Amino acid sequence: MDTNLLKRESEFAWRIEPHGNMHVPAIIYADQALIRDMDTKVYEQVTNVATLPGIVGASYAMPDAHWGYGFPIGGVAAFDADAGGVISAGGVGFDISCGVRTLHTGLTREDIEAAKTPLVEGLYYQIPVGVGSTGRIRLDERAMDAMLAGGARWAVEQGYGQVEDLDRTEEHGCMPGAMPQEVSDRAKKRQRDEMGTLGSGNHYLEVQHVAEIFDAEVAAAFAIQAGDIVVSIHCGSRGLGHQIGTEFLKKMAITARDHGITLPDRELACAPIESPVGKSYLGAMRAAMNCAMANRQIITHLTRQVFADILPRARLSLLYDVSHNTCKVEEHRIDGTRKRLFVHRKGATRAFGPKHSELPVALRQVGQPVLIGGSMGTGSYILVGTERGEQLSFSSSCHGAGRAMSRHQATRTWRGREVISELAGRGILIRSPSMRGVAEEAPGAYKDVSAVVDAAHDAGLSRKVARLEPIVCIKG
Amino acid sequence: MVSSDWELFEHGADIGVRGFGQTKDVAFEQAAMAMTAVITDPQKVAADVEVDISCEAPDDELLLVEWLNALVYEMATRHLLFGRFEVHTENGALHAKAWGEKVDRAKHEPAVEVKGATYTALKVRHDTSTWMAQCIVDV
Repeated sequence: MDTNLLKRESEFAWRIEPHGNMHVPAIIYADQALIRDMDTKVYEQVTNVATLPGIVGASYAMPDAHWGYGFPIGGVAAFDADAGGVISAGGVGFDISCGVRTLHTGLTREDIEAAKTPLVEGLYYQIPVGVGSTGRIRLDERAMDAMLAGGARWAVEQGYGQVEDLDRTEEHGCMPGAMPQEVSDRAKKRQRDEMGTLGSGNHYLEVQHVAEIFDAEVAAAFAIQAGDIVVSIHCGSRGLGHQIGTEFLKKMAITARDHGITLPDRELACAPIESPVGKSYLGAMRAAMNCAMANRQIITHLTRQVFADILPRARLSLLYDVSHNTCKVEEHRIDGTRKRLFVHRKGATRAFGPKHSELPVALRQVGQPVLIGGSMGTGSYILVGTERGEQLSFSSSCHGAGRAMSRHQATRTWRGREVISELAGRGILIRSPSMRGVAEEAPGAYKDVSAVVDAAHDAGLSRKVARLEPIVCIKG
Repeated sequence: MVSSDWELFEHGADIGVRGFGQTKDVAFEQAAMAMTAVITDPQKVAADVEVDISCEAPDDELLLVEWLNALVYEMATRHLLFGRFEVHTENGALHAKAWGEKVDRAKHEPAVEVKGATYTALKVRHDTSTWMAQCIVDV
């Protein structure tokens, strides 16, 4: 991106003054190197978002921002329903409530070294992964609606996991206001046998070790220390979310004109929050959020079963579960007054600072864990939300490394088997049904997650707590 | 330009599918073939199962997205991959047959699942001899 297009507000904040139809400015958080490498499409998209009705504050892009659909991936925008604010299916994305959860295991690196191979085989056998895989759970119509209304809470009631898990999940595992009746039969049919499946693409389950601690005090509150073994799960709402995204993108594109909305880009399709389409999407999207949280909860249960067989000493307790493709109703301060806003985070993680009432008591003094997935060879990060984040970005931070190279280019550069043996040489075991999938997800195809996390830290969006390195990875 | 062909094109995190043909119908068939190529080598997909697909949209571009999304839905719910297509469009309506087989992970080694076709880089165009139909698919 040409930095001449931007006004440098601080070392890590770049501003685009309102021009044309923009209602608010746009602000991109990044350091100089990240902003130079950033696609010019991010400029275009973050600017387009600022033209949508009822947007407040600013249209934001996180340090990992890249070209998305209408919204940039890494885009954050808040809308005021009372000021004609909109909700956008593209602003949430196809994989509704895709997210990351990290579990403690109570084990250290020494405990698992000898069990790595049975562990990777056990996880790969037990957790359905990749194209065409199906879960062992079949939901009839009633059970489907109960799952869509209840989320992870429903999953725990069915015996998948522990009540304590819910306290460590956003919205306590159950998004209120979900309307299963607004989810089409086609979306439900796509989900019928996909509960408890990981999916493909950049989704994964990893056993990781805590390689480095940056903030000992917060790490203690999160109950992690160097050498600990944790498990991270990255996946979303599967076919149900994809189908809802597809259907509402079309509905909103068609009805936008009836609502007097001129779209600079069809992918920005949106509807007033208070319109019938807006309300219908909100109900369906919340149901998909519940589906994603239930899905991660079921995968957690399967993971616990594998550990119980292979490493019975392990105690898997949830550190936290975040969703990074969402629209949530939150209160934020705008021009000195608190307002109820619809905050879209497309490829961005909620990052509440200390004392936020939404946080479980055990975490309230330090702030919300912000879980950032990297590529399978590099590493992941745990950060914590900051007080400043509320003014900077409606309490939002980055969500991952972002691709540096297209899938196509990656398959021309690497072979899956070579990637697997290179990582095995470094002690990282990968299992995947697809060698081409592994090549497409090669570590070198991703940007340096550390640069993204450093920029989020330096900009004040969230603070670094720990760095995780993979040991075992199950990949779609 | 050959009379019918497909190709994939680059898009940051995802991938673009593009079909060419002497008619719009062939370009739509080839775009579908490109979508299969995102997942697996289309030549590995046998034509064992036949599926009928119908959809409609107010213009050619939205019709392309509807067509590809109808295939995504059939692939997801029937666990199929498609390797052959026959498309007929008329006045904003599309009727098609798609032939394929059940996903076989050993045989097809599917790389990635397509979540949906998008409106990004969406174009259906033609010059004197060739139609082109393209969009980005989310994976």
